[in-house]
Amino acid sequence: MTEEIIIAGFGGQGVLSMGKILAYSGIMQEQEVSWMPSYGPEMRGGTANVTVILSDDRVSSPVLQSYDTAILLNQQSLDKFESRVKPGGLLIYDPNGITRHPERKDIRIFQVEATEEAARLKSRITFNMVVLGAYLRVRPVVEYDNVIKGLKKSLPERHHHLLPANEKAIRRGMEIVKEAKLTA
Amino acid sequence: MKELALMKGNEAIAEAAILAGTDAYFGYPITPQSEVLEYLALQKPEERTGMVVLQAESELAAINMVYGAAGTGKRVMTSSSSPGISLMQEGISYIAGAELPCLIVNVVRGGPGLGTIQPSQADYFQATKGGGHGDYHLIVLAPASVQEMADFVDLAYELAFKYRNPAMILSDGLIGQMMEKVELPPQKPRTSEFDQSWVITGKRPDRERNIITSLNLDPELQYEHNLKLKEKYNRMSEDVMFESLHCDDAEFLLVAYGSSARICQKVVAVARGRGQRLGLLRPQTLFPFPTDELARLAGKVKGIMAVELSTGQMVEDVKLAVNGRVPVYHYGMPGGKVHSPDDVLEAVEENFIGG
Repeated sequence: MTEEIIIAGFGGQGVLSMGKILAYSGIMQEQEVSWMPSYGPEMRGGTANVTVILSDDRVSSPVLQSYDTAILLNQQSLDKFESRVKPGGLLIYDPNGITRHPERKDIRIFQVEATEEAARLKSRITFNMVVLGAYLRVRPVVEYDNVIKGLKKSLPERHHHLLPANEKAIRRGMEIVKEAKLTA
Repeated sequence: MKELALMKGNEAIAEAAILAGTDAYFGYPITPQSEVLEYLALQKPEERTGMVVLQAESELAAINMVYGAAGTGKRVMTSSSSPGISLMQEGISYIAGAELPCLIVNVVRGGPGLGTIQPSQADYFQATKGGGHGDYHLIVLAPASVQEMADFVDLAYELAFKYRNPAMILSDGLIGQMMEKVELPPQKPRTSEFDQSWVITGKRPDRERNIITSLNLDPELQYEHNLKLKEKYNRMSEDVMFESLHCDDAEFLLVAYGSSARICQKVVAVARGRGQRLGLLRPQTLFPFPTDELARLAGKVKGIMAVELSTGQMVEDVKLAVNGRVPVYHYGMPGGKVHSPDDVLEAVEENFIGG
């Protein structure tokens, strides 16, 4: 198994930390992992993205042209990365604020209304965990128990009181994710 | 189960520095390397092992602190990124001339000048051909993973003390910023077991004083010194390190180090899947360079391509090793842009398969 994932969105949406939790979860499942962020000017107020690779074998290139899964959390990211999902691959996005929806017919497209759900949970910062839950439901690359272990590992201890809220958000994401209906 | 950490390459270097029993770190922040100093500051190694961590007022100050501390026989290091390493070159040349062991980490970014903060391999010439003035070489290690970022710290010290020569870890922004799992070594004590006869820690009555200098006004003495250094650089070839991937039956060969080698690992896997007999030679030491291994492989393959994040630097050493026996090509992206496996595959098709 090798799963090559791009996660992209606005800086501040928790894109990098979501990738980190996923990578830690992979380690808990004794997978090989890599986490490669965009760093530099785009981090300062623009889009942020991270490439995460989970694999049973040694990870080769952390730099990729195409991905098994794209988790895209704003319009710019959707515009940039939709075409870079491998045929048969997976695209997950939050329709909040999206005016041009994904159109590809040769990939599976799922929606997760994570912005709305995080607001409903009165915990805006768990937005990224709702998205993570959605992803893991569609592509259970890591067992749930290992995700919780990964979450615990990547949160500093002073934030461990936030674990239950994050777990709840992951579970909600698993519940509300749905396959997108293409209008075109 | 072994304790595995998920760390950035820069953090792995910093943690490995503490665990390797480093006595002192002197540095100055610069992107994409700043996590080294940040991590050390957060870890409070002065409490863990007694290691000194000092943010100097400039790169010049940092390297000269390294020079002074290295003269006492301690394990000392600095880290920076390309423009900062350029500022250090005078000090590095003096340290090489004075034959002192130390570790210099360069997390390379695009240049020349201030360039870009994105990853690059454009400092190959500077790292392997001296860099500062005079006839000298550094020992140069090129990690291609976060694990090697950690492993090469202690290795660099071992080689630096073996040869009494500055060693450099030549990384880049990609390996520095990415996170992978790392297995960390046990804590080494901060005492060294190497020959201490040359150090300047106070003259004892029973011996002559030790002098550390890079100045030899008498040309005869400088001549002898240069020949002695040359002999030392030749001897380093016994510590050459490289990794071979599918080289045994390769028809065509890629040569790449560091982050570019990681990209090429995927290129080889894809090409093999297409039935193309492609191999990869990955130098882990850039000085000494795996010249003999490349010369041997040049007798077996039809063509060789150096793949690096520059307009072509290591390719010159590849050509020297191959010595005209087979065509040598170069593929690379400069300026902080990073080639994807697809880009390299296209160059493979163009130069090897279609050529």
